[in-house]
Amino acid sequence: MAMNRDEIFQEVQEVLVDALGVDNDEVTTEATLMGDLGAESIDFLDIVFRLEKAFGIKIPREELFPAESLMNNPGFINNGKLTEAGLTELREKMPHTDLAAFENNPDINKLGDLFTVGAIVNYIDTKLNAA
Amino acid sequence: MRWIWIDKFVEFHSGESAVAVKNVTLAEEHLHDHFPGFPVMPECLMLEAMAQTSGILVGEANDFKEKVILAKIKKCVFFDYVKPGDTLKLSAKIESLAPEAASISGRITCAEKLIAEIDLMFSHIDQNLAGKEFPKENFVFTDTFKSLLQGISSVESE
Repeated sequence: MAMNRDEIFQEVQEVLVDALGVDNDEVTTEATLMGDLGAESIDFLDIVFRLEKAFGIKIPREELFPAESLMNNPGFINNGKLTEAGLTELREKMPHTDLAAFENNPDINKLGDLFTVGAIVNYIDTKLNAA
Repeated sequence: MRWIWIDKFVEFHSGESAVAVKNVTLAEEHLHDHFPGFPVMPECLMLEAMAQTSGILVGEANDFKEKVILAKIKKCVFFDYVKPGDTLKLSAKIESLAPEAASISGRITCAEKLIAEIDLMFSHIDQNLAGKEFPKENFVFTDTFKSLLQGISSVESE
């Protein structure tokens, strides 16, 4: 399926509007799923299911939203912050996300901010073009 | 499942879809208050009936090993009243099934008339909630509901 980024964004936007009950104009590339769009953990699964259907692809949940497995692994967290090992893991799992700002202060409470609409578009883009 | 709000399954395709029926009767006391002189089935109880129908469908897909909890009402639209004497047909279809969760789409009809469209999401709670531990026994699927599936479990019937 050949789709450009604009087409992918529009499809992602539609998915998020339906899944989270938000307005079209709230779903910007920079919007964070949890902070700006009010997503909760079950919504992430809902979004994964809807994206799979919308794009006809299979999405392993930890691939798109790896933070949950990181947060549950004590080896990756020290004093509320991701350790160097955790950051390495995160970089590996989220190659499509810009982590520069987060790395300065890897507070796990800020992990949610990494999930932006743009990151989903990047992920889908990679996934479709690799396939 | 502590109480049963559907009468029986009439179709059951394991891991795919199921159809249950629920007969509505004036013997249900809440209908006398909802509303006096104008008894109609509360919408929330139609939602419950769909949650039970699809919850059992999702549970059976994993041999009732998972604790299946209603996690999200994705869509819930009602088109008509349901009155005493009506027989509801509750059709549920699994749209997605993953280790952690499932999503279903459902339709309620009464004599071919569309009553409601209800899409739900269920969580397999042992696989979710950051590894939080729950009691070992499956408190969702107790034995009380199993009679519903007797003679029909995993058997296709029309």
